[in-house]
Amino acid sequence: MNSDTGKAASAGLLTPLKNFFAGIYRLHVFMMQFFKQLFLPPYEWREVVNQCYEIGCKTLPLISLTGFITGLVFTKQSRPSLSEFGAASWLPSLVTIAIVRALAPLVTSLILAGKVGSNIGAELGSMRVSEQIDAMEMTATNPFKFLVVTRILACTLMAPLLVMYSGCIGIFGAYLNVHTNELTSFRTFLHDAFSKISFLDLYSSFIKSAVYGFTVGVISCFKGYNAANGTVGVGKAANQAVVISMFAIFLEETVIVQFVNSFLR
Amino acid sequence: MQQQNNILTTSRGEPVITIKGVYKAFGNIKVLNGIDLEVFRGENVVVLGRSGTGKSVLIKIIAGLLKADKGDVFVLGHDMNTIAPKELQLLRPKIGFSFQNSALYDSMTVRENLEFALVRNKPHLQRSQIDEAVKKVLADVQLSGSINQVPSQLSGGQTKRIGIARTLILQPEIMLYDEPTAGLDPVTSMEINKLINKVQDEYKTTSIIITHDLTCAKTTGDRVLMLSDGIFLRQGSFAEVFNANDGIVKDFYDYNFIN
Repeated sequence: MNSDTGKAASAGLLTPLKNFFAGIYRLHVFMMQFFKQLFLPPYEWREVVNQCYEIGCKTLPLISLTGFITGLVFTKQSRPSLSEFGAASWLPSLVTIAIVRALAPLVTSLILAGKVGSNIGAELGSMRVSEQIDAMEMTATNPFKFLVVTRILACTLMAPLLVMYSGCIGIFGAYLNVHTNELTSFRTFLHDAFSKISFLDLYSSFIKSAVYGFTVGVISCFKGYNAANGTVGVGKAANQAVVISMFAIFLEETVIVQFVNSFLR
Repeated sequence: MQQQNNILTTSRGEPVITIKGVYKAFGNIKVLNGIDLEVFRGENVVVLGRSGTGKSVLIKIIAGLLKADKGDVFVLGHDMNTIAPKELQLLRPKIGFSFQNSALYDSMTVRENLEFALVRNKPHLQRSQIDEAVKKVLADVQLSGSINQVPSQLSGGQTKRIGIARTLILQPEIMLYDEPTAGLDPVTSMEINKLINKVQDEYKTTSIIITHDLTCAKTTGDRVLMLSDGIFLRQGSFAEVFNANDGIVKDFYDYNFIN
């Protein structure tokens, strides 16, 4: 009797673990399928452009607002501490380093995960449960290529551009705060701001933005494309697309920061 | 019977769909328990049965959307168990599938829904030919005025018609209808039934119609099969199936309407 209870308990613990690793394996297969389909014709360029517009242009207002506020507020909050040590003149470079290295990629990617990830998860999920994906297959169109490859590609391409844009807006927000307090000219601000920025900072920021964009695309498409159980499944797919994408972005940020810092040293 | 190029032929003519001993289960739930079926060129076969008896699973196996656990499935001479992806890609336009909820692409207009399949399967077509094909199928389903509408602006009957038009634009040899009249009022249902017969006459299609609507079965079916517990309980003309004094068939008939 006791051994039965023990077996049941260990099975209860093992099942979620098994499901977790099975999920990781399925995601890996999904990703491999993406790379395979990416290089095989026919190429859905028109749909890629369409998705770039959906993912890139339609996210601009939100990215602009958050980028601006991040730069402005970060500068405002950092000022008292730096002023205490007589180092307020370091503000432009400090804020720019923070924005370029961490804030712009991270904040933009999280917004991308929230807005674009939920959108992709819900859209593909509802297409799956309403048999639109089956219908596409029946018309001899490869739904994976048309729906998944195009979205992942668009996310990967647009994320670095959005991060660059968000960084510029954030630096402009920082400039407004610095100018209001110290009447610094824009030229002087830019000179100070970029004096401590290296090529590696820009390069790593650009690369990790692409990695985050790819992550959002893959996870959202994976969840949406494999949605099941009707409308409940669609909601779950959209939710998981956001939550898992955000979790993965934080995890990747931790790893990439360690890697880049080892180079900087 | 003799076997030629993987197709079983009989005196009734050329079978375009041949199913032998097909089994399908989802986990512990057995859905199909050794189904045998031959569908001959040009006929409309109706598969009747209660919800959950595996009717839709059967046509999804025929369409290659699902794989049978066991048994042989031949469609237009192709073995669906071993068919290569590229071969399946070429076969697909010959099989039209009208989905239960029409499955129109929400983000596209009616025109784009129809063009989507055509442009991908016949890339050599010129703009004027595409326009002409779209206009023709829309006229065939009597919805020429809906060309620029999006699916959310259409009624249930209209989405069914557009769903059928989307498959017809590729001029399929086989039509698979999954519950074509489900959720429609009797008048609209009858219009869909007439459309199914019109498609058979004008496009010379071979059709399998999945339904639990007896009016649909009676109006459209050259042959009716009653599916129960994963096997075909009875088959024949509508009268033959329902005149047989079988409990399950009789219940189905009594609870439906007709008398």
